Amino acid sequence: MSDQQVLFQLSAHSLELGGHTVLDAVSLSIRAGEKVALLGPSGAGKTTLLNQLYQQCPEQIALQPQGGGLVDLLSVYQNVFIGALDRVGTCAALWNLVRPLRTHRDAITKLTETLGLETKLWHSLDRLSGGQRQRVAIGRALYRQQPVFLGDEPVSSVDPLQAQMLLDYLLQQHETAVVSLHNRRLALEHFDRIIVMRDGRICCDRAATELDSEALDAFYQESSSPESEQPAPSETGWAITAS
Amino acid sequence: MITTPYFRLRSSVRTLNRVCFALVVAAALSLLWADLAVYPVDPWHELARIGRGVILPAWDEPRVLAESLGQTVAFALLAVVLAVPLGLLLAMLFHWRAVRYFCAAIRSVHELFWGLIFMQLYGLSATTGLLAILVPFTGVFAKVFAEIFEQQAHAPGQTLSPSLGTLKRYAYTLIPQSWSALLSYIRYRFECALRSSAILGFIGLPTLGFHLETAFKQGQYSEAGALLWAFVLLIATIRFWMKPVLLPFYIGLAIWLLPETVGFSNGGYLWQFVSVDIWPEPLRDAQWGAALQWYTTMFTDQVWPGLIQTLLLTQIALVLTAVVVLATYPFATRVLGGPLVRWPGRFLLLILRSTPEMVLAFVFLLLFGPSGLPAVLALALHNGGLIAFLVANASDAEAGGRVSRPDDPKGLLRYAYIETPRRFPAMLAFLFYRWEVILRESAIMGILGITTLGFYIDSAFEEIRYDRAFLLIAVTAILNILVDATSRRLRLMAHADTARR
Repeated sequence: MSDQQVLFQLSAHSLELGGHTVLDAVSLSIRAGEKVALLGPSGAGKTTLLNQLYQQCPEQIALQPQGGGLVDLLSVYQNVFIGALDRVGTCAALWNLVRPLRTHRDAITKLTETLGLETKLWHSLDRLSGGQRQRVAIGRALYRQQPVFLGDEPVSSVDPLQAQMLLDYLLQQHETAVVSLHNRRLALEHFDRIIVMRDGRICCDRAATELDSEALDAFYQESSSPESEQPAPSETGWAITAS
Repeated sequence: MITTPYFRLRSSVRTLNRVCFALVVAAALSLLWADLAVYPVDPWHELARIGRGVILPAWDEPRVLAESLGQTVAFALLAVVLAVPLGLLLAMLFHWRAVRYFCAAIRSVHELFWGLIFMQLYGLSATTGLLAILVPFTGVFAKVFAEIFEQQAHAPGQTLSPSLGTLKRYAYTLIPQSWSALLSYIRYRFECALRSSAILGFIGLPTLGFHLETAFKQGQYSEAGALLWAFVLLIATIRFWMKPVLLPFYIGLAIWLLPETVGFSNGGYLWQFVSVDIWPEPLRDAQWGAALQWYTTMFTDQVWPGLIQTLLLTQIALVLTAVVVLATYPFATRVLGGPLVRWPGRFLLLILRSTPEMVLAFVFLLLFGPSGLPAVLALALHNGGLIAFLVANASDAEAGGRVSRPDDPKGLLRYAYIETPRRFPAMLAFLFYRWEVILRESAIMGILGITTLGFYIDSAFEEIRYDRAFLLIAVTAILNILVDATSRRLRLMAHADTARR
């Protein structure tokens, strides 16, 4: 693995936002081919770290931010299609809003079958549940068709069985992946490297085989703050209420 | 087989698209019958002169300019200061059907028509100017305040004793709960009041519109330019000079600035006006056959043609407004316009929304001659600028927020795939709210000689035929209430009810 090219590199990287240190002397390097799980209590700096990594090579990355950044009025099809916008000419992309393009319609129909969304293909996003929306966001990341996947709690609102299946699929479709998670078991079972963050610092960076759930729990329990699980983000980011 | 699922299944876009499609078809049909002729009046020569006047504004008598600006602000300020508590009071009683109908009726008549009515009673006086703004604004405040109260949480109110009086209940729960929403709406309405006050000059009050009309009619375009610039500046700087601390001082100043009352007002005449003057003679004499004859003639000669022309122009203006919004809002946003285009874009929208539509229509009238075209253009540009400004602000408020992602597309694709779909429901809601405004304004465009309902109303007042004027104003008001109801239904259908105004 060590002969693979280094994709992400941070050395003693610090970041302050509004007088608050969110990243504190973070050093790490991630090579192509690695599958990295990012763990740690809420507010540890996982999202910030993912954003820093994204900026290092945005052109190779399929990103799935928290909340998904979906467009409510557009259909599931269109929201997934947005992942392919840079592969399609401007005129074709505009026409696609009027009449879905044949090849993409076929490909995205197939993709939504994998995601369990085939009956929702032409539904607007504002008519979907939280778990369905998250699967649409996964669909967009997959349809980016990039070698690297960066996901910020990509399966947090999906039911456990589906979460396993989708995570597997995401890791299989991408050569490299860096994924923040709250579920320690998913991290141990699906990833080969685990990074644990606390208070903007990396406090553990080891191969998954060297760790077990007790060892991981220990990193959480050291924390004095009781609020470790963050509620799923609510989807009220903009001005439509589908009531 | 290819596209069936696309059309059959539930989708918000589909509902919105159907609403939009219906509106566009109605506008396209309206184009067939609306009077939109362009009369050859050599517009480019005139336009060049107007352009030169706007670029090189000049004013010989700064005292007159300051005085007319001051009086414009004075009317607007005093009217709003009086209308807010009245509106608040009515909003608290909005669960009474009679109050709702009363408010719908008084806000369905445009400020200028109220001006024309009160002018018959109080002459060309401060009372006329104040009442003309105060009356319709009270109706609008009542409706919008009631809507704001409706959107508040019910929990605080439920913790109070059920026997508590309405006033105390509102003072301790709903009013504090919605304080910032109320304030921001009053601030916005004050801007509208300034525009209303300015155009009251078109019927003779000594506000900005009076000098503007004179300057335009005499071809003194640099003076007109100076007035326009002063007005735009006044509106652009509202948030700098309209400080709550200074309000008592401004109110005192406004009372001092009001023109001396040159009119007459006596209760006896008011009674005669209401009980005699506004009813046709055969009706007063109980000659039913002749009365019916009178109404039939009025209907075929004035009401129907005016009604049709008003509706046609409204429909075209509404769709054209949407086009203006979609074409201009991106230039004023952070994410689409960028730092270089955003400020010129916002400046353009500021000009469009602060210039009263009557003034725009007046200029276009000089350019294209007397048809519906100037009215449609003026309404679309003014309302489009106003809505585009709100839409751009909504976009900026969300820029860099939770829903934006670093890999969002750029430029045209961002416009088509991200921004426009996200703004669309709010944009439609604004458009529906403006629909009744556009209708009221198409009607008053008649004062400039375009054959909408306002044309016949203005002529009736000129001929001192109050019976005709009253009938036509009543028809305009009913039309307005109908459009308001339709727009509310469409708004609910399109789920576009989170935006206000």
